Amino acid sequence: MYYRDFLTLTTSSFLTSRLRSFLTGLGIAIGIAAVILLTSIGEGLHQFVLDEFSQFGTNIISIQPGKTETQGGNVGVFGSSRQLSLEDADALRRLPYVESVNPSVMGNAELKFNGKTRRTTIFGEGREFAQAFTMKVQSGTFWPDADDEQARAFVVLGSKVRQELFAGQNPLGEYLRVGGQRYRVIGVMESKGQVLGMDLDDAVYIPAARAMELLNRPGLMEIQVAYRPDVAAEKVIRLIKDRMIERHGREDFTLISQEEALEVLGSVLNVLTFAVAALGGISLLVGAVGILTIMTMAVTERTAEIGLLRALGARENQVLMLFLGEAIMLSALGGIMGLLIGVGIAQGLHLLIPALPVHTPWLYAVLAELTAITIGLAAGVAPAMRAARLDPVEALHAE
Amino acid sequence: MIELQNVSRSFTVGDQQVSALRDINLRMDAGEYISIMGPSGSGKSTMLNLLGLLDRPSSGTYLLDGGNVTDLTDEQQAQVRREKIGFVFQSFHLVPRLTAAQNVELPMILAGIAPEERKQRVEVLMQNYGLSARADHRPDQLSGGQRQRVAIARATVMKPTVLLADEPTGNLDRATGWEVLKLLEGLLEQGITLVVVTHDTEIGARAHRQIHMLDGAIRSDERHTT
Ligand SMILES: Nc1ncnc2c1ncn2[C@@H]1O[C@H](COP(=O)(O)OP(=O)(O)OP(=O)(O)O)[C@@H](O)[C@H]1O
Ligand SMILES: [Mg+2]
Repeated sequence: MYYRDFLTLTTSSFLTSRLRSFLTGLGIAIGIAAVILLTSIGEGLHQFVLDEFSQFGTNIISIQPGKTETQGGNVGVFGSSRQLSLEDADALRRLPYVESVNPSVMGNAELKFNGKTRRTTIFGEGREFAQAFTMKVQSGTFWPDADDEQARAFVVLGSKVRQELFAGQNPLGEYLRVGGQRYRVIGVMESKGQVLGMDLDDAVYIPAARAMELLNRPGLMEIQVAYRPDVAAEKVIRLIKDRMIERHGREDFTLISQEEALEVLGSVLNVLTFAVAALGGISLLVGAVGILTIMTMAVTERTAEIGLLRALGARENQVLMLFLGEAIMLSALGGIMGLLIGVGIAQGLHLLIPALPVHTPWLYAVLAELTAITIGLAAGVAPAMRAARLDPVEALHAE
Repeated sequence: MIELQNVSRSFTVGDQQVSALRDINLRMDAGEYISIMGPSGSGKSTMLNLLGLLDRPSSGTYLLDGGNVTDLTDEQQAQVRREKIGFVFQSFHLVPRLTAAQNVELPMILAGIAPEERKQRVEVLMQNYGLSARADHRPDQLSGGQRQRVAIARATVMKPTVLLADEPTGNLDRATGWEVLKLLEGLLEQGITLVVVTHDTEIGARAHRQIHMLDGAIRSDERHTT
C-alpha cells in the first residue's frame, strides 16, 4: 500500500466523524497546551531571573544584620544583635580570596539643583561598588576615599537623574543638594535600567558613611563581598562567618550567596516544572483514555468493514496499521492543536503583560508532539490489534 | 480449477458440535457457472467462505489451481484472496465514507497498485457498468442496484479467476436482481468461474451446473447442457 493511500484511508475515517475526532483530539490538545503554556512561562521566568541575577556577577556573598533562626523567628532586627558597621566591612576586606567589599545602605531623599528638585533613591555604597557589581561609570569616577566616617561629600549620578537635573550640561564638578547637604558630582553611571523592579538610573550613589548619617540609620543594611571566581562559595562563606563571629561574639548576621540563591531558585523552578509535568501528564492520560475509547468504538462500528477489507485481501497487518494510523493521526493532530493553543496563549499573555517573559524551547515543543504521538500509539495498539484479529467471516456478519 | 476433498467444517457452540459441512467432495472447472441452492442453514454460505479462503475447513483438503491452499498462512491466504477471488455479498458491503470510484479502487489500494493504473482501471469498469455518472457519489446516494454494480466492479477489478456471490440479488427487487445477474453472467465471457448462492430457483436454474445442499451435504449436482 502506498503511503499516500494509507493517509487518505486513515484521514477519510476520522473526517467522517469530525466532531468526535475533534473532541478526542482536544483531550490531547488540552494536555499539551497546558504543558507548553506553563513551561513557556516557567522557562521565561527562569531565564529572566537568571539574567537579572547574573548581570551583577554570581560570585557575591551578602551579609545582612540579624539571624533568621530556624526556631523562634527573627530576633535580629529588633533584638539585641549588633548592627553591621563600616569597620566590619573593612575587616572583611582583609580576608583572603576577597576581591572587593561593599558596605550598603539605601533610602530616599530629595535632590536639589538650580531650583529643580527630584526625589530619588539614595544608594549609600562603598568605593568599590561599581567593581563589585560590574557596573560601569560612564564619566568621572567613584570616590577614591576609604569607607569611613571621614568620607567626603561626593555623589555619582544615575543616568536618569543626570538627564532630569543636568539636561545638556556637564554635571561633573557641579554642586548638588542631597537631603539638604552640598555634594560635589564626580561621576555619572552608565544606564542600567530596571533590575528586579528597581530603577537604578533614577538614583544617586553617595558614600555609605554619609548615607547612614543622611538617612539617620545606625548601621549598614548589607555588606556585599565579591570573591575570586575560582574559589568555592562555601570556603569564602566559612571565612566570613568566622571573622564576623570573632568580631560580634556570636552569629547575629545572615549570609546569602548568589550561588545558593540561584540553586534555591533552580530547585523551586524544578519543583514547578515537575508539578506542571504531572498536571499535563494527567490531562494527557485523560486524552489517551479518550483515544482508547474512540478507537474501541470505531472498531466495533466498523467491524463489517474490517471483514470486507479482509475479504478484499487485506493482510492482518494492514488492518492493524490502518487503525493504529488513525489513533496516531488523532493524537498527532491533537498535539499540534495543543502546541498552537499553548504557544498562542503564552504569546497572548506576553502581549497583554509585557513584563511576563515567555519562552517556548523548541525541544519542548518537539518532545510534546512526540509524547502526543506516543500516546496515540499506546492507546491505539489494543483496539487495532483487536481489529486485526477479528475473524473475517464473523466480522462480515456484523451489521 | 477448484477441488474440495473430504472437506468438513464444524462449529463448537457451547459444548455442542454443529456440523455445517460434512465430507464434501467437489470439483469446479475454470469458467464454470455454478449455482448453490438449499434450505436455510444447509451450509451454502459456509461453503462459499471456505472457497473464498475466509474460513478454513475442520478437515479435508482444498486445492485451488492445482495448489493446496488448505494450510497456507493467513498472510498467504490474504494474497490468494487478493489475486484470485472476488466476493459479492447480499448486503453489498460498500465502505460508506468512500465514493463509488474509491470503493472500486479499494482492492487495488490494498494490493499496492500504482495510482495511474488504478485510475485507468476504475474508469473502464465504471464505464462498462454504466456507473460513470455516479463515480463520485457515496453509497448512500446510490440505489440498491447501483450499489451492487459498484460491488461487482470492486470484485472484478483485480481480475480474479473465481467470483463468489452469496445471494447477490437477495436485497434487490426482481427487475434489478435480473440486471445484476446479467452483469455477473457477462463475466463468464472473460473465463471467470462464477459461483452464485441463491434461494431463487429461477435464478439458480440459469446456471449451467446446479448444486443442491441439505444439512451440510451435497444432495444433488446437476449439469445442464443448454
Ligand atoms: N460461526 C458459526 N458458529 C456456529 N454455527 C455456525 C456458524 N456459522 C454457521 N453456523 C451453522 O452452520 C450451519 C450452516 O450455516 P450457513 O450460514 O452456511 O447456512 P446457509 O445455507 O448459508 O443459510 P442461509 O440460507 O440462511 O444463509 C447452520 O446450522 C449455522 O447455524
Ligand atoms: Mg447464507
